[in-house]
Formats: sequence, C-alpha cells, structure tokens
Amino acid sequence: MALPLAYLLITVGSEAGEALDVVWDPRTAALVARSAGLALAVTAASVAIALPLAWLTARTDLPARRAWTVLATLPLVIPSYIGAYAYVSALGPTGLLRDSLAGPLGIERLPDITGFAGACLVLTLFTYPLVLLPVRAVLRGLDPQLEEAALGMGRSQWQAFRSVVLPQLLPAIGAGAILVALYVLHDFGAVSIMRFDSFTVDIYTLYRASFDRTGAAALALVLVALMLVLLWLESRARGGPLHRSATGAARPARLIPLGRWRLPSLAFCALVCALAVGLPAGVLVYWSLQSFAGSPDWAGTVSAAGSSLLVSGLAAAVAAACAIPIAILAVRYPGRGSSLVERLSYTGYALPGIVVALALVFFATRALPAVYQTLGLLVFAFLVLFLPLAIGSAQASLRQVPPSIEEAARSLGRSPLEVTRTVTAPLMASGVLAGAALVFLTAVKELPATLILAPTGFQTLATEIWNATSVGFFERGAIPSLVLLAVAAPALYLLMDRE
Amino acid sequence: MRITRGGTKLLATAFAATAAAAALAACGGDDADDGSLTVYSGREEEYVGPLFDRFQEETGIELDVRYGDTAELAATLIEEGGNSPADLFFAQDAGALGALQREALFAGLPAQTLERVPARYRSLEGAWVGTSGRARVIGYNTESLSEAELPASILGFTDPKWKGRIGWAPTNGSFQAFVTAMRITLGEQATEDWLRGIVANDPVVFSDNEQIRDAIASGEIDAGFLNHYYIAEAIAEEGPGYPVRAYSPPGDVGSLINVAGIGVLESSDGKDEAERFTDFVLSDPEQEYFAEVVKEYPLVPGIPADPQVTPLAEIEQPDVALGELGDLEATLELLQRSGAL
Repeated sequence: MALPLAYLLITVGSEAGEALDVVWDPRTAALVARSAGLALAVTAASVAIALPLAWLTARTDLPARRAWTVLATLPLVIPSYIGAYAYVSALGPTGLLRDSLAGPLGIERLPDITGFAGACLVLTLFTYPLVLLPVRAVLRGLDPQLEEAALGMGRSQWQAFRSVVLPQLLPAIGAGAILVALYVLHDFGAVSIMRFDSFTVDIYTLYRASFDRTGAAALALVLVALMLVLLWLESRARGGPLHRSATGAARPARLIPLGRWRLPSLAFCALVCALAVGLPAGVLVYWSLQSFAGSPDWAGTVSAAGSSLLVSGLAAAVAAACAIPIAILAVRYPGRGSSLVERLSYTGYALPGIVVALALVFFATRALPAVYQTLGLLVFAFLVLFLPLAIGSAQASLRQVPPSIEEAARSLGRSPLEVTRTVTAPLMASGVLAGAALVFLTAVKELPATLILAPTGFQTLATEIWNATSVGFFERGAIPSLVLLAVAAPALYLLMDRE
Repeated sequence: MRITRGGTKLLATAFAATAAAAALAACGGDDADDGSLTVYSGREEEYVGPLFDRFQEETGIELDVRYGDTAELAATLIEEGGNSPADLFFAQDAGALGALQREALFAGLPAQTLERVPARYRSLEGAWVGTSGRARVIGYNTESLSEAELPASILGFTDPKWKGRIGWAPTNGSFQAFVTAMRITLGEQATEDWLRGIVANDPVVFSDNEQIRDAIASGEIDAGFLNHYYIAEAIAEEGPGYPVRAYSPPGDVGSLINVAGIGVLESSDGKDEAERFTDFVLSDPEQEYFAEVVKEYPLVPGIPADPQVTPLAEIEQPDVALGELGDLEATLELLQRSGAL
C-alpha cells in the first residue's frame, strides 16, 4: 500500500529543489483551496442527499422502499466521465435539451453548466451512494430502545432523531463522507469534462504537456497531505467507539408513518433518481440507438465484459480478504501503528490512477519484471487503488459488534486467532461483502491504471469505451457503457442487506 | 444484517472459480520472444488498427499493441527505462517523441528509412521519424464568417472584435506544440502578449479539438484553433454542406505542421523487425491510407493528400524544428503566467 508513496518520495527526492518550487508556488496553494473546496462541497451535498434518502428508505412507510433503495444506489456504477459527459451533452449550452427547446421556444444557448457548479453537481450525483449505503445499513441495524426512551420522555420525533439517532449515525456518515471527499480528490473524468481546474487535472497536465514527473509527483504529495488532513478531520468527527450495549436481542424498529409528508418524500426520491440515473441512462440509450446503424462490435463488447468481470471480481475477493485483518486491527487495537496502517491504505484511493499506475510501473519493471503487465499486477493495482472502500465498510460493521462477545469466546478458552475466525469474521461478513461489492463496482469502471498495467491486448469495458470516445464516437461508446451498467448492477444486490 | 451460510458459500465458490480462470488465463498468455513485436500506440485503434492488421498479414510478424494516451505512454516508457517490454513507440505528436529522445530511450533508425521523409519531419539525430502530418488551422463557421473576414495571421485574433466568438483547447497537446513553435519563431514576449490578448477576449475553453469543431458547427463559437483533419473528417461524413471550413494563414505560425511518428526503442530485442514495421508505415500504400482514410498529410514526397484539404505544398509553414517542440516546460509556464491554464 505504501508503494505509491515510496515512488513519489523517490521521484521527488531526485530533484528536491524543483519539487519544492512546485510546492511553494502560489498556484499550488490556490489548487489546494479549489480542490479542498470542491471536496467539501460535494461531501456536504452528498450527506444532504444521502441522509434523508437513507432515513426514508430504512425507517418510514415510504411506498416501494426497496425499489427506491436499488434505484438510488445505481449511480454508483456510472463512471464519472460518462456521467459528466452525459450531463454536458444533455444540458450543455448547445446540448440535446437546447436542440429540443430551440425550435418551440427559440432558445439559442443554455447557461453553461461547466466549472465548479457542474463538477460539484455531477460528482455529488455519482458519489452520494457511498454515504447512503453505510448510513442506511446502520439505520436498519439500530436498536430502537434508545429512540423509544427519548420519545417516551416527551421528545418530538425530530428531537429524538437529533439527540439519539444522529450521534449513532456519525461513524457511518464519516466513513461515507471520507470516501466521497477522497473520490473527489482523485477523480479526473468529471473535473476534466466539467473544465474545473483541480489537482488531478494539473497532475495530468504536467505529465501530458511537459513529461514533468518531478512536478507531478510533488503535487501528488501535496494531495497526500490534504488526504491526511481530511482523514484526521474524519477521525475527530467520528468520536469514540459506539456499539450496542443493551441486554437481550435487538429488534427491528417500527416504521414511522409519513402522513402528509408522503408526497413530498416521494417527489424527493424521484427527483434524485431522475437526475442521477434517469438522465445519464436516457442519454446512453439515445446514443446506443443511434449506434445500431453502425453495426456495433458485439463480440468485442462481450469479451471485454468477461475481462472486466474477471479482473474486478478478483480485485473484490482479494480486497475483502485484506480488509478483515486491517479492520480488526484498526477497530480493536487502536494505536499509532494500526492507525498508520489504516491511513496508509487510503493513499492509493486519494491519488489519481495515473500516479498509482506509474508507481507500479517503476517498481515492477525494476524488482519483478516477471509480473509486469500481467493480470496479477492489475489486480494488485486495483487493491492499492480501492482497498479503503472495503476497509471502511468492514470497520463500520465491526464497530456494531460489541467486544464482549469476543471476550466471552476468549474466556471460554479460544485462542485469539480462533476467535477471529469463528466469531469476529462471521459477524463482520455482511460488511465485508458490501465492501467487496463496492470494490467490484469501482474497479469495473477503472481506466487509467488498466490502460497502463493490463496485459497487452487485454480489453475491458472501460478501455472499450475509451477506444470509442477518444476518437469522438460517443455513440459507439454507449453500448459498452450500458453493458457496464448491466454487468455491475447485480453486485448492488450484495450491497443491500437481506430484507 | 446476517448473510446466510449458503450465500457465503456460493460467493466463495464463485470467487474461487474466477481465481482459477484467471490463473489459467495468465498461463496461457505472454509467451515472449517468438518474433512478435510489442507496440505502444498513442494513436487510436480506429486509425492505426487496420494498418497493424495489414502488417501482420503481409509479414507474419505478430504485433501486440497497447493503446493509450501518447503522453501517458511516454511517461510509462520513461518509468520503464531499459526494462521496457515495448519494441516500438507510435506517438501522436513530435513532442512526446522528443521527450523520449532526450531520455536516450530510442535506438535510432537507418538512414534509408529516415530519408523517405523530408528532414523537417524527423528527428535531426535520427532517433525517430514522422509518419503522417497534421496542420494547425483556423476553423471557422461558414454561415457566420467568410474566409476574407478572417485575420491574415493567427495574431489577429487578439482584436476585441473577436471577444466571446473564439474557442481553444489550452490543455491540448497539439495546441501547446503550436505555442512552443510560436515561442521559437516570435519569442517569449510576443507569445505572452498574444496569449494575454486571447485570454482577454474570453475564449470558450475546450478540452479537445473535436469539441472545438462541434462548437463551431453548432454556432456556439465562430472560429477556433484546431487540427485540419477533424474538419476534413466531418466534411467526409456529413457532406459538403457541413458548416465548418479550415483556413491556413500563409507563412504564419498558426499554420504549423506537426507529425505523428515512430521510434524504435533501445530496449527492444527485435530491432530488425521493428525497423521493418517502420518501413512498412512509410511505404507508398500505407502513406496513401493516411491521406485517404485518416485525412492526414502523407509525408513521403509524391503521395498526394486528400483532395478536401489544402495541399501540403501550398501551406507556407513557419520554420520550426519539430524535435524541439518536445521542450514544453517553458511553454507551460508561459500558459500559466498568461492565465491561459
């Protein structure tokens, strides 16, 4: 996990003076402000959308709760570059919407949606499920005793939520929020299409325009520093360990009747799903209908789908296996060492894919040429990039398991390893599986590392889409994009707890 | 909350099966050194895929092609250094080739290969050779402008009458190569003045040439700076009614011709085959292919360009050594200082 960091330090170390110039450049400070601003805005917006959605679908008598849950989680499988492009081509100054309004209303141009607002909108719509999933899982698992006690003592529903439920949700909100914030820091697709000058865009520009590895590495290190600040903020907000401590079996909470809030609630769910799923899917369907005329390459798409499934499936399995010990270490044995391991594991997720890929190129060609550009190295790259997704979810589920159960097993004579295997791991299973599914969903759309590290000639759905779109044939990229959604959607099933 | 035992088992089986399949796939692949060549192609499959197929058919030499962004592949090759599995680098622009030449990663090409193309389209030291050319042009909307209304030089677009009417792509590699050429021919100060003048005219910023072309076609902007073949392609596809045409100001830096090119890597263990591939790309039929299908300029003298585009001979080019366009550090600084980036 520390390989990207080591690579950055080696690259910067060879030309420390130049790297310092980049870091102290006033432009870099402006970049930090812009990127941090975007990350915070997207995170706040994601929480604002995810929290009511989670509460509505988990705790109220909202009609068709399951369907809304599935629909509201779907944006997770839409790659940000596709989502952003769909938005620009639909709502841009001269997009599809303009085309359909130009005739009847005589509108020539729509307002520009690119820039900070556009990047913020698109990133929020395609990342809020990262908050929705853990919050909803915790809401469903909460023992209603405390809440009922608060209500019984005369608190209103809202007061009970604020004083009793919300504090219990904070760890899950924090876990989701940090993933959203770091996603924003490493994302390239949405910000480049939305023409928002962020860290990632600048790092790519340094590589592309001047092959300036030192400058890019120096910027990437600043990004790592920003990540550490965000992680520290999150750990402060998370507070101490929280788990159920009451006696007896937990029971499901009763559903809260929405009453006159029913219609507004439905409208809210419908609006979010229309923006995050309906619009991009509609644009993709529109394009794919157009591409049928040009005899699409079905065989290529099918084999690419197989490759995507294979490599993402492997990455998910390995990530799940690695997440269990790291989560146990971080939750049960908090300390300097374990928090260092946990934080280091976030490095790959906060860095742009190209940086992680080049780090692995650097080490693999020097130390292990036999594995270079093999499937194994690509799976390893995905592990470095996406492990935090698995760890966060595993940790959240472990925090709900009271240590007293493990202590009981220990007192009955089991060894620590046996306890982990027979007690802790099974109790974490749902969280670990959800984490694996998240890794799968993210890996299946990964592009920059795949282009550089996959075996030569290995085509995934993401590279197929890139092949088509890099020469400007967005219609031709639409079918692989829809196949990507279809392939990824079943994994969502694993993210939903059994209902 | 709890997942059933059966579900977990099923999942474990599925993962085990994928792992086994992956192991099989890994064993089946990668049998190196059977006379096959590995090409890192920064040129898109759409354009060069057919050419690769024809080479394999004709020579029996198998090609393993890795497609990617030219600059990202160049960065990868620099990280790989002497351990690169690649034999050839087929780059979209001379800048990336120049960067690899400076890192001494190219083996150098034989004189008879190099001499197929005029000296200005290849590395002065013989490290790489241009394979097809593309012209920087001013694209304009034929419904809102006529050629006569365009300035005689790209420098004229700093006039306030172009405010809000033009588009550019300052992050695009071809554009930055053009700015480098401007620095070399007109000097730092004139280039900075021009950049500031354009920025003051509120140009619409795009990330690539296609977007500029489409914005000109839709009327979002009246004119933009892009490569010639994007327009030629669209005219070939949409018909002569397509409302965008290209203009090459004579003798102007705005009419720079940049090249895509090939270099054989020093780390290659199949240099003879790799040189054979380079000769193949410079053969008459493949040069005709670039002209007819890709709408780029063939660089081997005597092969005509597509009739839709201004013949290469009629474009008065600025005097710039393409190999020097790889030095973009100062260009980037200038772009940042002038507010273009």
